[in-house]
Amino acid sequence: MLGRTASSLFWMSRYVERAENMSRLLEVGYRISLMPGAVEGHRDEWQSTLASAACLQSYKAKHKEVDGPNVIHFLLFDEDNTSSVKFCLRAARNNGRAVRTALTRDVWESLNSTWNELAQIDPTTITPDRLPSFLDWVKQKAMAFRGALLGTMLRNDPYYFSQLGNFIERADNTARILDVKYFILLPQPSDVGSELDAQQWAQVLRSVSAHRAYRWFYKDSRYKPWLVSEFLILKEEMPRSLLFTYNWINLALNDLGALYGQRYECHTLAQTTHEQLKSGNMEHIFQGGLHEFLQWFMWKNNALSESISKTYNFPL
Amino acid sequence: MSFNEMLGPDGKVREPYAKVATWLQRLGPHDIERALRESEARFRRQGITFAVYGDGQASERIIPFDIVPRIFAAQEWRRLSAGIEQRVRAINAFLHDIYHRQEILRAGRIPEAVIVQNEAFVSEMVGVNPAKGIYAHVMGIDIVRVGVNDFYVLEDNCRTPSGVSYMLEDREAMMHLFPELFSAQRVAPVENYPAMLHKTLTAVAPASAGEEPVIVVLTPGIHNSAFFEHAFLADEMGVELCEGSDLFVSDGWLYMRTTQEPKRVDVVYRRIDDAYLDPLSFRPDSNLGVPGILDIYRAGRVTLVNAPGTGVADDKSIYTFMPDIIEFYTGEKPLLSNVPTWRCSQPQDLKYVTEHLSELVVKEVHGSGGYGMLVGPTSTKEQIETFRGKLLAKPSNYIAQPTLALSTVPTFVKSGVAPRHVDLRPFVLSGDLVRITRGGLTRVALQEGSLVVNSSQGGGTKDTWVLED
Repeated sequence: MLGRTASSLFWMSRYVERAENMSRLLEVGYRISLMPGAVEGHRDEWQSTLASAACLQSYKAKHKEVDGPNVIHFLLFDEDNTSSVKFCLRAARNNGRAVRTALTRDVWESLNSTWNELAQIDPTTITPDRLPSFLDWVKQKAMAFRGALLGTMLRNDPYYFSQLGNFIERADNTARILDVKYFILLPQPSDVGSELDAQQWAQVLRSVSAHRAYRWFYKDSRYKPWLVSEFLILKEEMPRSLLFTYNWINLALNDLGALYGQRYECHTLAQTTHEQLKSGNMEHIFQGGLHEFLQWFMWKNNALSESISKTYNFPL
Repeated sequence: MSFNEMLGPDGKVREPYAKVATWLQRLGPHDIERALRESEARFRRQGITFAVYGDGQASERIIPFDIVPRIFAAQEWRRLSAGIEQRVRAINAFLHDIYHRQEILRAGRIPEAVIVQNEAFVSEMVGVNPAKGIYAHVMGIDIVRVGVNDFYVLEDNCRTPSGVSYMLEDREAMMHLFPELFSAQRVAPVENYPAMLHKTLTAVAPASAGEEPVIVVLTPGIHNSAFFEHAFLADEMGVELCEGSDLFVSDGWLYMRTTQEPKRVDVVYRRIDDAYLDPLSFRPDSNLGVPGILDIYRAGRVTLVNAPGTGVADDKSIYTFMPDIIEFYTGEKPLLSNVPTWRCSQPQDLKYVTEHLSELVVKEVHGSGGYGMLVGPTSTKEQIETFRGKLLAKPSNYIAQPTLALSTVPTFVKSGVAPRHVDLRPFVLSGDLVRITRGGLTRVALQEGSLVVNSSQGGGTKDTWVLED
């Protein structure tokens, strides 16, 4: 398989995952904006949405005010923003198009029809009342894509590279959401344990579609930072947790190593991170600082991505 | 009056169209609407698109597909194929000759300047011996029909002709929409084209290749107008689709960059033009090609399909000599006619052309895709005068031909079914054998009276049938 093909497969999946995560974040931002005065003096939901999406800087370079309509447009349709839904879905489709020969018809058609439908949409028609159904549409399209991939692709190198892109992106996303909540949103120690605090943890769970799973899993309706963090970092039952993503990353890399009959530095990297997550406990993590842990994780995750691209000859 | 391929002059349905004519009559408006909607959705969903240049944005379009097939009887097709095969053999012999002993120039049948000063003549090819002596492995010959047995060749496309994926997808669409038509009569299959192409490419692999030569399709990338087709053919043949940056020359061999060890490549079906093929030999600013590929090609270590320098055979200035070329190399009279052509570089011809602009089609010698041409009878006075200025500024850049009464085939248009002008591009493969697909791409001018069938100018396509005996 061509190195460029591997790269396109990796990025194709990565961009679809990013588009899906972006719509989840926007969904949460939108929900909070609908709660008038729920929390006195805190109407910074769009600011925190931008922060969680890692788009605050690029947004501020373009807009003075952080206001709903501008943020929504920036995160959905602004193609200068390399994390906007439109940018991601175009990039996913272009990557898929470049490697059509490595995709099944179902996978390709799901990417292509998504892009064709999106290209028809006039951004001005996505008014706040239509936002939820549009975000649902994005999520459904992303899930349909993944379903086509899981259901029709041969389990060989094209599949492994697309899985790697998917889960490296997801790992980064979960770590970032958690970090933003923990490190940026709560500067005042007095806020800890407040109503605001609880609500923000609920939003974190919502943004990974896990607020109900959390209750079911912990048999507890109170959102406790400790448990929420554990759920999103160490619980392999939770499909967006860091451990879960590394189970899959490790699996894909092992299969790839077996297929090619050779293991490289990227295998060791992934394995080390995986083992640290598997043997990790929250007490330890909080002692060293959750923020420090998440920063370390994101750095490792990024290093893995670079090592994979170097090992398998992805062009830059 | 143009020749109507379905209805004879006596108003009776011609034999090959008998079954389709009955079917057409029974087809209700709802069936038609459904078919048109389904076929459009199908092409969009699969991304069967082409890019239109100079269109700013929204540049990915689908080519309109018409649901009435264009049909040839077995006998008609046999006659046509004999003419095509003769022409293709002559062209390959001609290319071999002009890059070797140039007998045809010595014999004075073609002026030397037409060849040697031709931009498409690649001097690096002189003395090179391609596998099996074949230069133009893949050709698409544009043919028009003006009467029952009257066919003219408009153009010999010997460089990187496209359209074969539309031929295949049009057939798929028809079989999907109207399977009953195919059970009612025997239509020769076209879906073996990719397999035939694969056989042809295998047959011309260099001697250094193993039992199963490594073949790749080389594309300029996703922004090229025919990218869909490049991906389609690679997929159908089960070979890699490469961009220039995926290939490199090392120690005198061609390799591709893979996720593992570099892999040696034997045959490149390249869909990029000569000028971009190798920045070391041709345009140095090209980043689409592969540096050094021409050298190892000349050394016989890789096969390029088509060979560099084939363009000299489909140039419009060579076209006028084609009957001589066929006679010279085959010793036979041409079976297919050439359209009478005035070379505007000749003062007498130019005089005639300027006096008859409103009756003629005037084309650029090096143009393609229907860009920059004048169709006299359908142009306004103003357009003609503007064109006259361009023509007189550089007469040698143009040739002119009479406006042929292209045959028509019934076509669905807004007002119902109406005759529209068509042409035909059959695809011809040359390797160990000459293989002609029984079918081809029929392009149709959707505007009433229009003779311009190019997809870049709003033309559509039809499924093309060759009936079996």
